[in-house]
Amino acid sequence: MSLDGGAALEAQNIRVEFGGLVAVDDVSFNIPQGSIVSLIGPNGAGKTTFFNVLTGLYQPTSGAVFFEGKEITGDPVHDIASGGMARTFQNIRLFGLMTAQENVMVAMHSQMKAGVVSTILRTKKQRHEEEVAREFAQELLDYVGIGGVTHEYARNLSYGDQRRLEVARALALRPRVLLLDEPTAGMNPNESAVFVQFVRKLRDDKGVSILLIEHDMSVVMQVSERITVLDQGQRIAEGTPAEIKSNPRVIEAYLGKSGSEASK
Amino acid sequence: MSNTSVAAHTAVTNNRKWAIGYVSVVATIFVLNKFLLTYLNSDVQKFFNSWFSLSSLAEIMIWILMALGLNIIVGYAGLLDLGYVAFWALGGYVAGWLMSPFFSSLQFNFFGHARKGFEFGIHFHVLIVLILGGCFTAIWGVIIGGPTLRLKSDYLALVTLGFGEIIPQFMLNGSNIAGHNLTNGAQGIGGLDEINLFGYVIGTFAMPEKFLMVSILAGGMIFFSIRLRDGRLGRAWLAIREDELAASMMGVPLWRTKFSSYSIGAVSGGVGGVAFAILVGGVYADRFNFVISIIILSMVVLGGMGNVWGVVVGATVLSWINSIGLVQVGDLINNTFGTHVNFPSYQFLIFGLLLVLMMLFRREGFLPEARMRMVMQDEKGDVDKKVSDETKIASN
Repeated sequence: MSLDGGAALEAQNIRVEFGGLVAVDDVSFNIPQGSIVSLIGPNGAGKTTFFNVLTGLYQPTSGAVFFEGKEITGDPVHDIASGGMARTFQNIRLFGLMTAQENVMVAMHSQMKAGVVSTILRTKKQRHEEEVAREFAQELLDYVGIGGVTHEYARNLSYGDQRRLEVARALALRPRVLLLDEPTAGMNPNESAVFVQFVRKLRDDKGVSILLIEHDMSVVMQVSERITVLDQGQRIAEGTPAEIKSNPRVIEAYLGKSGSEASK
Repeated sequence: MSNTSVAAHTAVTNNRKWAIGYVSVVATIFVLNKFLLTYLNSDVQKFFNSWFSLSSLAEIMIWILMALGLNIIVGYAGLLDLGYVAFWALGGYVAGWLMSPFFSSLQFNFFGHARKGFEFGIHFHVLIVLILGGCFTAIWGVIIGGPTLRLKSDYLALVTLGFGEIIPQFMLNGSNIAGHNLTNGAQGIGGLDEINLFGYVIGTFAMPEKFLMVSILAGGMIFFSIRLRDGRLGRAWLAIREDELAASMMGVPLWRTKFSSYSIGAVSGGVGGVAFAILVGGVYADRFNFVISIIILSMVVLGGMGNVWGVVVGATVLSWINSIGLVQVGDLINNTFGTHVNFPSYQFLIFGLLLVLMMLFRREGFLPEARMRMVMQDEKGDVDKKVSDETKIASN
């Protein structure tokens, strides 16, 4: 997949301060259209903070975020989401007491129109809208491979199915950028390998640009086209997996100073 | 796709069963009290009048109406409202102002039905008063909910707690607002108009008809609640209840969605308030206190938060215990064992105990979302079938 067509998501000089602490320090970053990129870094590097700036949950102290060329810094979270940027959560955050189908349908909220009156009267238009939404939800559940648990409570699903449901729910926003926050957390190597295939397929089928935050290096190296490395709030490297693997600053950040000296 | 339609069908038939049950109970009570009871022997009459007196049953319907209104706020959207009684009071006073001889210096009649000799005051048609009552509390819902719903939901609990105290206090002391008597203080506003529904007059003491009227209102509220739950808004409310952050990240606008829930709850509270005022023929400030808010909240929690039929059962049971059960069962126990315990005075001890026991042993309420349970059993059946199909194929 070529990386043409400019950036789907671009962050310019993002800086986030919490009181005196600088969590993210002047980081620039972009997701080229139709690519799969990763954001990695040791614990406390500011990955999650940066991620939350991208999705609009945190306001950056300075800097700006552009979605398909349009500035979205400071926009409400739900507007950013319904505008086409979807995410999943590191610690799964499904709507536990709703069915899998309803979970997916919640994400279609902004695409649907029915109000109080048309819902109570169950107008023809409202019924049609619901039917279309149900079918789309089923399509997505089938796509992620859990089409058989449509009416199961989300909290009764197995861990793997919950992860899949999160992806299905995110896809219901019809996103053009998909942000996955540690999607392989808690998966065994086999499941992770399947997941790598799935991410590629997702990009090719749905034409979304994907950002991964990941701890699992083998997943990152296999799936990413480009990798950005954060350490202590700063961007210390950016490049292809091969470049990152051999970058001395990255090795230092992960293994410590003595480690890199020892390898000399 | 077949899964979906089967489940939807199950949910519909389940709701239909309950709805048929509700309608038959209401119809039975109405017919019994209106036509049959006078022909039955005096013991039977006495039994019904003491254990299931019609005025108490009508009041239960009001409680159902209120509990379902609060259910939209607390049960659906998960917003804690501790002052729901304020809407009840406001709705009640709208009825007091708009369909009684209270403002005696005025004389205004809009399809109203003033009693003979009491043509002064303001007299609106009862249906208009119901609508205006809902509109009035909607305005208050906007005033209270508008700013507070932007904050964390804990603040809503605090603000509504204050609101629920202020409004009844205002009504209690509102007999001299800059020289105007607005609420008639502790005496309240009595002598509400008789109801004139397109020529059919329901007198002050025509209990069967009044019961039927509030039952229809409560039935309407049940219908609205179920419809709203199954639609786009209902899903958004539940999503906010389950996980606010995730909901907003899925494109659900938090403030607007919470606000719609709070306003609809406020409107139902106002309509309930009007209905109650009509039922008792007046509106009295000392009835509206903090305890009422808590009792309504208990009904929602005990019934099974968010489940419409559960809340109906919760409201019925609690208000029956409250108005009749404690007195009657108390008398029964006192008479049988020769004790002299004043059971109604232990009302809150018993209520509290009931709440604690429920929280310990049946946290999901009387009726945990039956709809879901049916759906899940249905799904399980499908899975079993699928498995047996697969083994069949494998053995071939």
